[in-house]
Amino acid sequence: MDQFLQHLLNGLVLGATYALLGIGLTLIFGIMRVVNFAHGELYALGGYAAYAAVSVFDLNYFGSLILAAIAGLVMGALIEYVLLRRRDLGSIDEVMLIMIGTMLIMQNTELLAWGGVAKAVPSPFSQEPLLWGEVSVSPIRLFVLCTALILLAVFYMLIERSRFGLAMRATFQDRDAARIVGVDVSRIYTATFALGSCLAAVAGALLAPVFVVSPTMGDLANLKAFAIVILGGLGNLGGAAIGGFALALVEEFGAGYISTAYRDAIGFLVILLVMIVRPQGLFAGKERVG
Amino acid sequence: MWIRTKTWAAVAGATAFTAVTAFSAHAQDTIKIGVSEPLTGAVAASGNYVTNGARIAADVINKKGGVLGKQIELVIEDNKSNPREAVNSAEKLILKDKVPVMMGAWSSTFTLAVMPKLMEYGVPMVVETASSGKITTSGNPWIFRTSPTSAMEALAFGKQLAAFSPAIKKVDFLSVNNDWGLGAAAEFKKMFEAKGITVGRTETMSPDATDLSAQLAALKGTGSDTLIVTSGIEQLTLAIRQAGEQRLPQRLITTGGSFPEPLLKTPGPKGYASQHLLFFAPWAVERAKYPAIAKEFVDGWSARKLDFAGQTEGFRGYDAILTIAEAIKVAGKAEPTAIRDALWKVKLKGVNGDIAFGKEGPAGQESGQAEPNIYVVELKDGAVSVK
Repeated sequence: MDQFLQHLLNGLVLGATYALLGIGLTLIFGIMRVVNFAHGELYALGGYAAYAAVSVFDLNYFGSLILAAIAGLVMGALIEYVLLRRRDLGSIDEVMLIMIGTMLIMQNTELLAWGGVAKAVPSPFSQEPLLWGEVSVSPIRLFVLCTALILLAVFYMLIERSRFGLAMRATFQDRDAARIVGVDVSRIYTATFALGSCLAAVAGALLAPVFVVSPTMGDLANLKAFAIVILGGLGNLGGAAIGGFALALVEEFGAGYISTAYRDAIGFLVILLVMIVRPQGLFAGKERVG
Repeated sequence: MWIRTKTWAAVAGATAFTAVTAFSAHAQDTIKIGVSEPLTGAVAASGNYVTNGARIAADVINKKGGVLGKQIELVIEDNKSNPREAVNSAEKLILKDKVPVMMGAWSSTFTLAVMPKLMEYGVPMVVETASSGKITTSGNPWIFRTSPTSAMEALAFGKQLAAFSPAIKKVDFLSVNNDWGLGAAAEFKKMFEAKGITVGRTETMSPDATDLSAQLAALKGTGSDTLIVTSGIEQLTLAIRQAGEQRLPQRLITTGGSFPEPLLKTPGPKGYASQHLLFFAPWAVERAKYPAIAKEFVDGWSARKLDFAGQTEGFRGYDAILTIAEAIKVAGKAEPTAIRDALWKVKLKGVNGDIAFGKEGPAGQESGQAEPNIYVVELKDGAVSVK
């Protein structure tokens, strides 16, 4: 039974970061209909921002989170403005190729700048785990969980309660109608991409001291982000959050009770089943394409 | 105007062509050795250490006049911690760079992938790290291994069991999910069972996995006193750190010769210790069989200001290049079949000890296997002690 609680806690910590990744991606897709293959690279960018801040510039870890957030915002805005602004976003093939190219450029720039060997980011907390009965968790993981939950809450408030969020939701529902009522759609697009990228970068920076930072860390994150977004329903923000937690818990319990060798496979198997039974995702409504 | 431009282009082209061929003919004055190692990807830390060891060996040999009057040139390719890239890198080295001999490819998985190419093109390779038994028993006469097999490692460890207190009574395994990890687990299991020690649970991790919390939580309540972990530097570091976070009761012993040196700078929880099976212990150079030779390597390593603990793997590249250079000398020419035949005759003093190849594998198609030494090293609170 104690293992169950340990697995649950592990799953929740991971799920919070998965949720951040998923929400960023689904925001970009939902509002802009852009399939962002470079999303994982923003996660890696956040990780390297944390490494640079702590190891090179001697900032403390909390400062590095802010640095990573800024890096994500700037890079996201840049990508949208430079690469996507004047494109016909309806041409999915073109956009996909642009994003894949961006991914390759970002990954190889990191390889060139930092080398191929994984980097460790020291944790600002002590290494002694906190103990509650049989369940133990390291302080850094607890911090990651709390920060991610706070960010999710802040994001929810932004989308549901602010004028800016209202403008985003309007563009999400119907771009042309939003234009008619005076929403500056171009600015919303830039802000969306920046915000989504910021969430991915912060997720990367949060997890940097928990794992390691390497140029290929974005690949798996990308895959998981897409899996979460598909699970929750493309463009559905709440679905992405719940999907993130769901995937992490399925992976954690699957690995703990079925087989660790098939950990990733179990997660994707569940997604496969959801696709067969409910192809629009768990929380989205059915949509006609074409 | 057009004709003039065409003639000009032709003359320029011919000059460039002559210059290039003349230059490359001049550059034949080196003996090339192909190196395929993971410089990027999941096991990049180890690959870089081994490659640096190889570079130091090449420098040492070249300073002493090279081999057969020529300087050694290492042609280094990155196999990206990936078996497909390992095959590509081997083909590039053999076909494009025309290397007469190779060293590689770190992991058993990458080495096994490269082996058919060695047979196809007839080029010998010195295996410096990989430990799967399959490498020398597949009937490939172009393979010569200086690293120990997992079976040898298990046997050597079996001889040291009495040194562990409390005694080892029940063992769990946490292995990377590939030929190396699974092979090592199988060999150690065989050894433990032969000694009457109970084998508990076996968990695996995919080579690029960073979150091992599920595996470790599953291993927490097994009642075993020891956990054997087999993987590269990155995963060993993550496993030991996360095992400390989850307060695993088992003592941790790692195999394969890698040392989790990131834990020297950022240790795990206080009092948490781990033990490591290594094939060279730079903290006890005086215990090497040939201290003078070990010192030459250690001096070269510190001159380049590389990570001290990286020598636990760097020496593999060093010994392998020394072996290849010796074989080329014995062969009298830098030609693949001659080098292969010469490798059987090599008797060399290396950093790890004596290097000489015995026959292993199906008759008529044997591979070469050396018998290296093994050290047990303990890491606690950022400090190392050699047992």
